[in-house]
Amino acid sequence: MKLAGLSYQVARSLLSTQYAYMLEYRAEIALWALSGLLPFIMLSLWSNTQAGLDLGFKGFELSRYFLSAFLVRQFSVVWVVYAFEEDALLGRLSPYLLQPLHPLWRYAASHLAEQATRFPFALCIAGIFFVINPGAFWLPSLWILLLTWLATLMSFTISFLLQSLIAALCFWNEKASALERLLFVPYLFLSGLLAPISSFPPEVRKWSSLTPFPYLIDFPARVLSGLNVDVLGGFCIQILWICILLPLVIVLWRLGVRKYTAMGA
Amino acid sequence: MIFPDTVIDVDRLTKTYRVADKDPGLVGTFKHFLARKTCDICAVKEVSFSIKAGEMVGFLGANGAGKTTTLKMLCGLICPTSGYVKVAGFSPKSRQSEFLRQITLVMGQKQQLIWDLPPLDSLKLNAAVYGIGPRESRYRINELADMLEIGEELTRPVRKLSLGQRMKAELLASLLHRPSVLFLDEPTLGLDVNAQAKVRAFLSEYNRRTGATVLLTSHYMADITVLCPRVLLIDQGKIFHDGQLDALVESLSPNRQVRLELNQDVSPEAFEAYGELKDCENRVVRLLIPRHQLTEAVTKLLANFDVIDLEVNDQPIDELIGTIFRAGKVK
Repeated sequence: MKLAGLSYQVARSLLSTQYAYMLEYRAEIALWALSGLLPFIMLSLWSNTQAGLDLGFKGFELSRYFLSAFLVRQFSVVWVVYAFEEDALLGRLSPYLLQPLHPLWRYAASHLAEQATRFPFALCIAGIFFVINPGAFWLPSLWILLLTWLATLMSFTISFLLQSLIAALCFWNEKASALERLLFVPYLFLSGLLAPISSFPPEVRKWSSLTPFPYLIDFPARVLSGLNVDVLGGFCIQILWICILLPLVIVLWRLGVRKYTAMGA
Repeated sequence: MIFPDTVIDVDRLTKTYRVADKDPGLVGTFKHFLARKTCDICAVKEVSFSIKAGEMVGFLGANGAGKTTTLKMLCGLICPTSGYVKVAGFSPKSRQSEFLRQITLVMGQKQQLIWDLPPLDSLKLNAAVYGIGPRESRYRINELADMLEIGEELTRPVRKLSLGQRMKAELLASLLHRPSVLFLDEPTLGLDVNAQAKVRAFLSEYNRRTGATVLLTSHYMADITVLCPRVLLIDQGKIFHDGQLDALVESLSPNRQVRLELNQDVSPEAFEAYGELKDCENRVVRLLIPRHQLTEAVTKLLANFDVIDLEVNDQPIDELIGTIFRAGKVK
């Protein structure tokens, strides 16, 4: 069975090739992993205030939340719009379009391979965090790890589809990544990367829940850190966003490919 | 006329691009910012031709003549503005999976191989994408590698390969799925003479073995003369010649130049019976003789005069083609 050209053999081959490619850039990927330390910076700011306690975070819950936010971010980071924009501008997209495999599968495989390469670096950073902050150490159950993996995978899928939607605009406007930069601001504030969503005023919480952003970091991070969270509701909304974005990506891609001018190729 | 075994059929194919039209300088920049002007450029104008299965056709034209745009429409990369095109029975713009399995596009200045990995990794990926099993892919890689005279290079990172080695690996990657229609856009671009000759020999052998249809663009006339009995000439988006290369050369240059160095003084009038006398000085004579009379005329010249040296020259084909492009038509 094939899905837009993807079969088990193609997926295996894509992942192994992309993993080999990413390993060539392991040092660069380690630096990318290090550049995601923002949640720890936010933790240090929050730790010096009483706000955590005021918001109901007891003991090391806030530390665990930010470590979880860091880990979820590591495995849900998406850069497809930049890669796609470069490929479209330089004509590298042309050979992809002439093969019986949807080009987005290649980008998805690149991301998954990059995550696999990041994994040991992210674990090392988590280890260093526990050395510095031993009281925050906890070992989630296998069930929680499974739920976190699923929630993070869904978070990655939503982000990937959202960026693919913007990337498809490259068929009309070569610099569609500017739109992604615009979306980065609400992502930063509403995803839970800077602060848990529960710390926001009720009105902001209400409006943010209508966007996909809280389900990208805050929801999986709360699952992992063992904080109070509506697991079933969170998964349902993640699935809902995937169901909304997926057809939009497919339609916009089909329309966009007709506009492709294969410049530079 | 559509032949029953027509593989590529094109009728009044047109492609128009809309491009920004900006005046130079700062004023032009502001004007363009406030009121963006665009204009339509017709890259390909009502082009029609058909190519039969197994044919190797050369597609010639100056830069910007519309060759690559036509190739991109034929392989489905870009959608035509108007006109009809069928390749291997498919409408290319739909880019159906079955269609994509039958074609390949090789661009001399572009690559599909993953830069930091050995070509073998990209080849294995291509094999999986086209649903070729491991045993069959190994067989095909070995077969093509033998034809291309490439071996251990397949396990070295692409970035470490020479241009010629890379091009061979690119060809291997493009032909692994055994396409029946090959679109080759300057496949020998930048290669040295030896590498060019090897790529030409490979393409000829591939065509002979598989019966693939080939449409080839190149700036090297040797590619065309060696590989393509038929040529399409395109200029400013319009095809102005479609026919056999030999017939084209014959029509452009019906005469051959014969240069004789004599061991005796002979009056110029003595040569008028053999052809058009161009020059006769210091016992060196230059004559233009119609191609079909050449053998007979040269035999008589050698019999009737004391000849020290004899040269028969043709006008180089790239000069002839250049003449056509400057004129924009074939006489």
